[in-house]
Amino acid sequence: MNQTKEIFIRLDRCVGCHTCELACAVEHSVGKNLFSSLAEKQKPRKRLFVEPAASFNVPVLCRHCHEAPCVDVCPTGATYHDEIKDLVLHDAKKCIGCSLCVQACPFGMMRQRAESRIAVKCDRCPDRDVPACVDSCPTKALIYADTESFGRIRRRAVTAALANAYLQKEAG
Amino acid sequence: MAGSKSTDPAVNQMISKAESLGIPTTWDRYESMLPQCGFGETGLCCRHCLQGPCRIDPFGDGPQSGICGASADTMVARGLDRAIAAGTAAHAGHARHLAHTMLKMAKGKASAYSIKEPGKLRSVAARLGLPVEGRSDNEIAVDVAEAALADFHEKETPVMWAATVVTEARAKVLTELGLVPKGIDFEISDIMHRTLYGVDADGVNLLLAGLRCGVADLAGCYMGTDLADILFGIPGPVFTETNMGTLKADQVNVALHGHNPVLSEVMVSVAQEMESEAKKAGASGVNLVGICCTGNEVMMRHGVPACTHSVSQEMALMTGAVDVVVVDYQCIMPSLPQIAECMGTTVVTTMENAKIAGAFHVPFAEETAAENAKEILRLAIKNFSARKNRLVDIPDLKTPVLAGFSVEAIVGALSKVDAQDPLKPIIDNIVQGNIRGVCLFAGCNNVKVPQDQNFVTMARRLLEENVLIVATGCGAGALMRHGFMDPANVPSLCGEGLKAVLTAVGEANNLGGPLPPVLHMGSCVDNSRAVALAVAVANRLGVDTDKLPVVASAAEAVSEKAVSIGTYAVAAGLPTHVGVMLPVLGSPAVVEVLTKTVRDLTGGYFIVDLDPVSAAEKLLSAIDERRAGLGL
Repeated sequence: MNQTKEIFIRLDRCVGCHTCELACAVEHSVGKNLFSSLAEKQKPRKRLFVEPAASFNVPVLCRHCHEAPCVDVCPTGATYHDEIKDLVLHDAKKCIGCSLCVQACPFGMMRQRAESRIAVKCDRCPDRDVPACVDSCPTKALIYADTESFGRIRRRAVTAALANAYLQKEAG
Repeated sequence: MAGSKSTDPAVNQMISKAESLGIPTTWDRYESMLPQCGFGETGLCCRHCLQGPCRIDPFGDGPQSGICGASADTMVARGLDRAIAAGTAAHAGHARHLAHTMLKMAKGKASAYSIKEPGKLRSVAARLGLPVEGRSDNEIAVDVAEAALADFHEKETPVMWAATVVTEARAKVLTELGLVPKGIDFEISDIMHRTLYGVDADGVNLLLAGLRCGVADLAGCYMGTDLADILFGIPGPVFTETNMGTLKADQVNVALHGHNPVLSEVMVSVAQEMESEAKKAGASGVNLVGICCTGNEVMMRHGVPACTHSVSQEMALMTGAVDVVVVDYQCIMPSLPQIAECMGTTVVTTMENAKIAGAFHVPFAEETAAENAKEILRLAIKNFSARKNRLVDIPDLKTPVLAGFSVEAIVGALSKVDAQDPLKPIIDNIVQGNIRGVCLFAGCNNVKVPQDQNFVTMARRLLEENVLIVATGCGAGALMRHGFMDPANVPSLCGEGLKAVLTAVGEANNLGGPLPPVLHMGSCVDNSRAVALAVAVANRLGVDTDKLPVVASAAEAVSEKAVSIGTYAVAAGLPTHVGVMLPVLGSPAVVEVLTKTVRDLTGGYFIVDLDPVSAAEKLLSAIDERRAGLGL
């Protein structure tokens, strides 16, 4: 059974502070420190975006698709599916900056460096147990969990609500 | 984990106690605040209008200006200006409070107060150009208090407490740069105006206004010191102690916390009258201790021991031995009543502008000062009665302190070496290199730094390099708790040259040994004393203050007051270190002005370095550069 963890979004929680975006950029800097990263030659790039939608703020992240369009179109194998980690990763050394992956990604999650067209994407923070965006969120709008446990949380919330409604009806 | 929070073992004992009781402290709240917002940390968040909040992306990825079009430079400079204005407003409030007290005293409406230093009253009046000959102290006091109150608003003369306290050359520099404040409140108000939606959008112009407001802050501080000295006495050398071991299980412990001596001075005098009531309740006496700058004020003038400082104020209450902590304003953590409730302490607020939910409020007024103080002490005695059979946890740690080094005390001590020309010994020793330079340590303890670590690391290095250190505020608190104000530590801390100077002056003054390694100059308004000392030395040498081998450091700054103090240190021409990050990195142009360009204007500049080891080296190089400039 697939136990890879995913980043899930709680739409009602995001206040649109963009802290996750800054934390992402800092995590992908050389010094991994906000203050020192500001002076780095290659601008640290964020790999997720908080976008507005109706009355919600929605953090949009790479879904690390199992059948990934960005991988399919990559002519050099720079963007590839890592079988062991079950993640879509990117090897900058192989990247030719053709932008095909940017066209192909249905989520708008393929980016390029500030200085060139070399692609930049979410790597789920290989140096961390919990990705920087999840860890930094002050309202816990992002959850890092395997799909089974996330599903269980959802199911139990629904069953609890049902049970409460039933009990209230009984009491009423 | 406690060790990463404080380097003071007494504080660490109390942190462990808080942990075991599950009582949250400032360190826990800091932990749960992490990571902090990077936009705020870099100064790139603006909430000055209702279209905001706006954020500028420091990585150039997102928005590069606010909705109104404000650039990163404007946003950062506006934010810094408002911090300077807030700090200035705090010292202004403190000084104004003293001016009103003096006026009430002189008009016979505040019997708890009197003129303790008629000499200083007359010298301050003379400096302000007020007539003194043939006039009574009270007449002069009315004039000085009214001149003080007049300095807050725009009038025909500039702010007198700024214009008359710097060197003539500095007054000229400030005038040419348009940095002489028109009124203390005027400058604060001007900052609020120009940082409003759609007013000043020129980063450099904004920073110049910030500098002018900083000079207004020097005036507020200087006035605060002057008036407090006149009303309560000029500090002189006094032996005392510090740290939580100064609390006494069998006494009524009252902690004096906050900043202004207007209340705490009366507490000190009334406490003696209350001894018998305390004894009736089974206590062996009333034990006053200080926290933060109120503590510094009463330590400097009366040798009241200091319990703890700044970031560890909650830990004083964790002992369970503090019966009442009475506060006025500034740096009082709103969390105190929660810890007080757990520990049987009562937090007493006294000022209309500084009430705290959960505290007991005694509306203090100068007219009823003694009654107010008695009411507070009776509450403490009552709390003692309830607490006397309970176990308390007083860390068995205290350190000897020799405090009380006002400029007058320093000059007085030096005059025992050279009566005709008291500053000559200090100048000769600077010239000969026995004193390599002077460093002022000021400011707070910041939860982001293991408490006292920056102060101790830097002071250790500078002392072994023969730098004479003076300290104020909770910087003085940090150094005193680690033994830097104990004369016995001179041999182990100071370089040979400095050791010889401190010993010679100490012996000439019959102190039975050297002066302490670090000289305590007072509370945070008393940074004015450091300026006064620098001005006296500069005048004696015939140079301006920006030529002296004098540097400053707010190594663990917290309060906006530290920002305004740092600003006037830079305006006075000093290389000024800040050991925590100012929210300015979002604008490389503002950083350039603060750390480099401003030097071409005032001679002073900021050094921002979070590493105390390299910061100390930078201060030593700044000192050496100044020495070279003087041909030394």
